[in-house]
Amino acid sequence: MFKRLKYHIAVFFSVIGPGFITAVVDNDAGGIFTYSQAGAKYGYLPLWTLLPIMTLLIVTQEMCSRMGAVTGKGLSDLIREEFGLRTTFFIMMALIGANLTNVMANFAGIASSLELFGITRYITVPIGALIVWLLIVKGTYASVERIFLFATAIYVCYIVSGVLVKPDWKEAALYSVRPVLLFEPAYITLLIGMVGTSVAPWMQFYLQAAIVEKGVGAKEYAESRIEVIVGCVVMTVIAFFIIVACAGAIWSVAPRDIKDSADAALALKPFGQYAYLLFCAGLLNASLFAACILPLSTAYTVCEGLGFESGVNKRWNEAPVFYWLFTLLIVIGGGVILIPGFPLVRMILLSQVLNGVLLPFVLIYMTIIVNRKTIMRDWTNSRAYNAVAWTAVAVMIGLTVALVGISLRDISG
Amino acid sequence: MLDHLFFTELMGLKVYDLKGRKLGRVRDAAIVPLVDAVRVDRYLLGGGWAWLTVRHDQIQTISLDGIWLRDEQLTPYHRDDYMLRLERDLLDQQIIDVEGRKVVRVTDVTFLRVRHNGHDELRVQEVDIGLRSMFRRLVQGVLPRPLIRRMMMPIPVNSIRWEFCNIVESDPQRRLRLNISTRALEAMHPADLADIVEELGPSDREALFGSLDSEVAAEALSEIDPDMQASILESLSEEKAADIMEEMSPDEAADILADMEEERSDAILEEMDDAPAHEVEELLEYREDSAGGLMTTEYVSVPNTITVSAAVAAIRGNDYALESTNTVFLIDAAGRLSGAVPLARLFLADPSAPLSSLQNDRLISVPVKERQDRVIAAFDKYNLVTLPVVDPANRLIGVITADDIISVLRQS
Repeated sequence: MFKRLKYHIAVFFSVIGPGFITAVVDNDAGGIFTYSQAGAKYGYLPLWTLLPIMTLLIVTQEMCSRMGAVTGKGLSDLIREEFGLRTTFFIMMALIGANLTNVMANFAGIASSLELFGITRYITVPIGALIVWLLIVKGTYASVERIFLFATAIYVCYIVSGVLVKPDWKEAALYSVRPVLLFEPAYITLLIGMVGTSVAPWMQFYLQAAIVEKGVGAKEYAESRIEVIVGCVVMTVIAFFIIVACAGAIWSVAPRDIKDSADAALALKPFGQYAYLLFCAGLLNASLFAACILPLSTAYTVCEGLGFESGVNKRWNEAPVFYWLFTLLIVIGGGVILIPGFPLVRMILLSQVLNGVLLPFVLIYMTIIVNRKTIMRDWTNSRAYNAVAWTAVAVMIGLTVALVGISLRDISG
Repeated sequence: MLDHLFFTELMGLKVYDLKGRKLGRVRDAAIVPLVDAVRVDRYLLGGGWAWLTVRHDQIQTISLDGIWLRDEQLTPYHRDDYMLRLERDLLDQQIIDVEGRKVVRVTDVTFLRVRHNGHDELRVQEVDIGLRSMFRRLVQGVLPRPLIRRMMMPIPVNSIRWEFCNIVESDPQRRLRLNISTRALEAMHPADLADIVEELGPSDREALFGSLDSEVAAEALSEIDPDMQASILESLSEEKAADIMEEMSPDEAADILADMEEERSDAILEEMDDAPAHEVEELLEYREDSAGGLMTTEYVSVPNTITVSAAVAAIRGNDYALESTNTVFLIDAAGRLSGAVPLARLFLADPSAPLSSLQNDRLISVPVKERQDRVIAAFDKYNLVTLPVVDPANRLIGVITADDIISVLRQS
């Protein structure tokens, strides 16, 4: 009995990584901005969306990790095998576009978090890009994953800074479970934005690939599922503290719109040097972390789906598409931040549009594949689970279509 | 005059009957490998409610403009396990490129068009994987076929000859029906085969191992990522797993079994022949990160009293794993280690000389419980290729070789 338990615990620790990292990177620079904005403008009111968001996240992430464990193949591989080259090609092109703008947003996060300390972006961005590039090229998967896991621990910063601000815990607890709908366009936009940043197409591809790379099989899947769920819970907890910190620091003083995440960090300054520093550290870490994962994950996904050689253990001339792709993502993603007057906000809105256009397709293909007996054998969704999954898919699609509409309006307006 | 045709061009081609009336479009094409490994045997036609099957000998001509039949007695399509359907089973799927030694994904298929008994026939020539075939597929149906042919000319070709392609199929029954042979794979270097196997998904991987010859499977398995070894063996039948284990060296077999759940490893040991099972069981007793966990029990030892010629005769008479043998160990009557002689020295020495006169000046050995890092340090310090392992009574019980040390160092 004890031996079995020990075996399961050992297996749990051997599968730890993919689910955690994916869910936590989800709180990248864009996510932090959205949550800060929510707290700054509406205080504790939007907190109730976090539980439904967590459910959506768990359902989608669970299906991906299950597909990875059972088939041993990435999501782009499966889409290629089941839906052909043309479908895969268009999905991959959209993914490159969406992820490129995501990379930009994260390099912007690196720049603005360090500019708070007076270091110019003309130094920080090139150095950040170089670190990211070296980490990918020189590191092995196992060592990089260890660094990433350590980086997830730095997210504790947000929890601490949330506590230091001394928010109204009673209010926070109350509004976490009490849905409040204000019928004003800005509020609804914000809620949709919160859902939109939390389930992104790249996560599905990254998580599944990481599960495969880790060698998690159907046998270890029970432990892997727990890991994925814990990751989603942790992500939600961090989001909660970001909102609460901004609600306590900004909204309770005077509700307002914030410019960027660094703006939110500055507002924490009156609550002590540590609250401010920790918020900055959290932002820098999240941006750097996402700037590492996005280019790598994009290059892997695209090369796998289109059948190019991929992998950091191959040499440059053996896998040219792979290396060029992630190098360009880093160079362009970091480079545009240095162009004076570059319309970054518009780019980030564009990335939300691309993500939003892409996500319905990815979710629908995913749910179809996960239900195919020929691929998933005995691991297809049960009927009840399918009801939940398709509902989640429908909700996500409805919200993202709305988000795309709003972003398009903002881009043109 | 065209002499080749691509599968993407064949797809959607219109099919006409004897009077030139359109019957439908090509939806898929199939090879029947048991009959002919390269000829396209059936063309599947969609148009009405059901798909129709056109046999290869019912066709008069094939060109970019369409297919003209000479016999219009078509039959409805029925599922047939003997058919390799190109669109369903080959396009976008992974295959093994035996010559290039890697797993690739099929983008298109190139046919050779030949005239056979006065009518056109397609034969599979190459499988296309490169950018050119990708371009061809993306624009097929959007632009006219002849224009696409001209536009793709500047893009380099990347194709694999059909005879070097090995289809991946996880259903063993269907492997037989599709006449998929593993002979080409078995001829590869085990390390290359191991790399290929690692790239496949679990079910394909397991199916491939199930159909490989046990000896090849054992060699490939020992080259595979240790995390994967146990899960592959667990997927096989206990009998097959035991066959493979018997072919492996006992230390490697023990390492794999140690990673498995106990019920399963016990069952496999049960299936194995007594002698190898016993050796493996002994090795399982030791901690994985100790000298005992690193050593193998396959070594050459002879009494320390005999002559060189007697030693050579003794080695000759035994079925040792010679590729890993480069040292002969000398033991006394009680089995205690007394010396070591490099194998090469035996050939240069006078056959009548006593073996003990050839032994190394200093004998280095480690106790069975020695920690792994100290064993590695000893290899480095004394520049060893083999290191004998002894029990507390100084009896020789195993040998660690340099390749074991290299594996350990690479993993950490």
